[in-house]
Amino acid sequence: MSEGIVYWLQQTLNALQLGSIYALIALGYTMVYGILTMINFAHGDVFMIGAFFCFLAAVFLGLPFAPTLLLAMVGAALLGVTIERLAYKPLRHAPRVSAIITALGVGIFLENFTLALAPYPKNIPPLLEHVTWNLGGVSLSSLQVIIILLSLGLMFLLDYVVHRTPVGMAMRAISWDKTFVPLMGVPLDLIISVTFAIGAGLAGAAGTMYALAYPVIDPYMGIMVGWKAFISAVVGGIGNIRGAMIGAFILGGVEIMVTAFFPSTYRDFVAFTLLMLLILVRPYGILGKPRTQKV
Amino acid sequence: MRKALSLLLFSVLVSLGVTAWGAGKTIKLGVIAELTGDMPAVGTSCKNAAEMAVKEVNAAGGLQVGKEKMKVELVVEDNAGKADQSAAAAQKLITQDAVLAIVGPNASRYAIPASEIAESEKTVLITPWSTNPKTTLDATTNKPKKYVFRACFIDPFQGGVLAKFALENLKAKKAAVLYDVASDYNKGIAEVFKANYEKLGGKIVAFETYTTNDKDFSAQLTKIKDAKPDVIFLPNYYSEVPLQVQQAKRLGITAPFIGSDSWGSNELLTLGGADLNGYYFSTHYAADNAAPVAKKFIADYEKAYGTKPDDVAALTYDAFGLLFDSIQSAGKADREAVRAALATLPTYKGVTGDMKFQADSRDPIKSAVILQIKDGKFAYYTNANP
Repeated sequence: MSEGIVYWLQQTLNALQLGSIYALIALGYTMVYGILTMINFAHGDVFMIGAFFCFLAAVFLGLPFAPTLLLAMVGAALLGVTIERLAYKPLRHAPRVSAIITALGVGIFLENFTLALAPYPKNIPPLLEHVTWNLGGVSLSSLQVIIILLSLGLMFLLDYVVHRTPVGMAMRAISWDKTFVPLMGVPLDLIISVTFAIGAGLAGAAGTMYALAYPVIDPYMGIMVGWKAFISAVVGGIGNIRGAMIGAFILGGVEIMVTAFFPSTYRDFVAFTLLMLLILVRPYGILGKPRTQKV
Repeated sequence: MRKALSLLLFSVLVSLGVTAWGAGKTIKLGVIAELTGDMPAVGTSCKNAAEMAVKEVNAAGGLQVGKEKMKVELVVEDNAGKADQSAAAAQKLITQDAVLAIVGPNASRYAIPASEIAESEKTVLITPWSTNPKTTLDATTNKPKKYVFRACFIDPFQGGVLAKFALENLKAKKAAVLYDVASDYNKGIAEVFKANYEKLGGKIVAFETYTTNDKDFSAQLTKIKDAKPDVIFLPNYYSEVPLQVQQAKRLGITAPFIGSDSWGSNELLTLGGADLNGYYFSTHYAADNAAPVAKKFIADYEKAYGTKPDDVAALTYDAFGLLFDSIQSAGKADREAVRAALATLPTYKGVTGDMKFQADSRDPIKSAVILQIKDGKFAYYTNANP
């Protein structure tokens, strides 16, 4: 292959890896928004906690990859449900601003709680054997393959759950109308808890994969990634699951490709200008429609 | 009522008396350290070395200031790895705690804002580890600040040393640089390296940037791989370097890496492991090739904290040494007098080598060493001057 194509393919792979992780986190933002029309700003920090669960499982329990991933997902899911029950549920009928401020507060609490326990950045041991394949000049690592495939797998699973199962139907119904749907026997609190559990569980999975790909973790790692995932969700049309995935791959792709073909100093400036233009053209995001189907 | 009032008055007088007495017998020195945030290892080393230096002086009876012996009291502030909190900590130490002088912060991006406060409040500040020239220079006039000193060499010196090392020792004709464009230290040294390397006949084939807190460097590293450098320079902090090296290896990059003194924390070895084996970086001193003064410091530090002192610890210890000497030669606990004494101090033999401040500079003259990472340890490789 010519060098130009090799370079382009390599950067595409890089973009897919970054986009997959943004997508897993963006799903949590979009699902919670879909159900409660609330932006859960603590979500980036739930992702960080997921990475720390991965650290605990891998280092202190010495678990291999699969149980570590499971433990991080379950741990994050429980955390997500607990946060909803303790911090958001009492404010469900309060002004929306109060809930957002609470979410910010929960995020800061999680960061500083972790900081108090683990002030030093932590190193994640390699849980998977690293193999790097060289395909005609393009380097493809086993980790990259696992991250991309696992993320896509989880996304298809979620899409199936939301669109093809009774629970998913209940979620979509509640996002449509919170006043009358519960009267028809749909358990509101349970469905909201399930939504938070799924969103946070995916963030836990993202945290684990992120920690494996970038094996130095610290309590502030969730802030920037969380913002970017939130932006992905908005670009894709917040409240729309497929939109969040598309938005995440667009953001990952734009970030990588701008660096690839412009001086890297222009990355954020060019990338976010492009995203703002996109929002100007489609104010509700790519798949978002004003007041129609959500989650 | 009258009784209560007089009692109150009495207690106020007593407490006033106690403070006045306390101020007469002890000297308060402030430390601003990165105890939390993105480089806690740096802050911890700084705090440890500061406490050790003060303990030693107090165990010897205190400092001889004029005719009396004065004990030293340490006030340690955490800047949380933030620029604004560094400035706030300096303000608090100077106005609220009324310290005589301040040591720290260490990273240039925190030392620069803190130094502005120290300068405007006319209080001596010595930064142990900040190598960016701007720390001791006035931003508007570009002349040396009056009250801000440092215990280390500066980036133009270090960048020159590394450029020469890459060309002459590593025989690398083409170099790539990846650095944090949002951090004063990284940006400064990257630019100096580039200028010196090109001046000496080398070619910079890629000059790539990222911003603080980035974890994914795949796009920049793919670009660097495409440029086929002989050596890659990473003037970045110890928590980021392992990620950059690991990702580079995963992308199939085989060129060696070199770094600057920001690599010199034992945490680098914990976080990076075997991936960093064989690479070189420039720093302030080598624990395994130290002068007798340093040997004692290293042994004491290891005994007290169970780990080898890194360069931040050594430089903090030297900063306190400089400060103690200048307080004693000033002969009084007065901010102006201490500043004047420090600026004109004769050659100081410190843990990190001999240092002396020149007449119109707050940066000491000293040399650098190159260390190699070998089997999970920092090993002395060579002395270096540009």
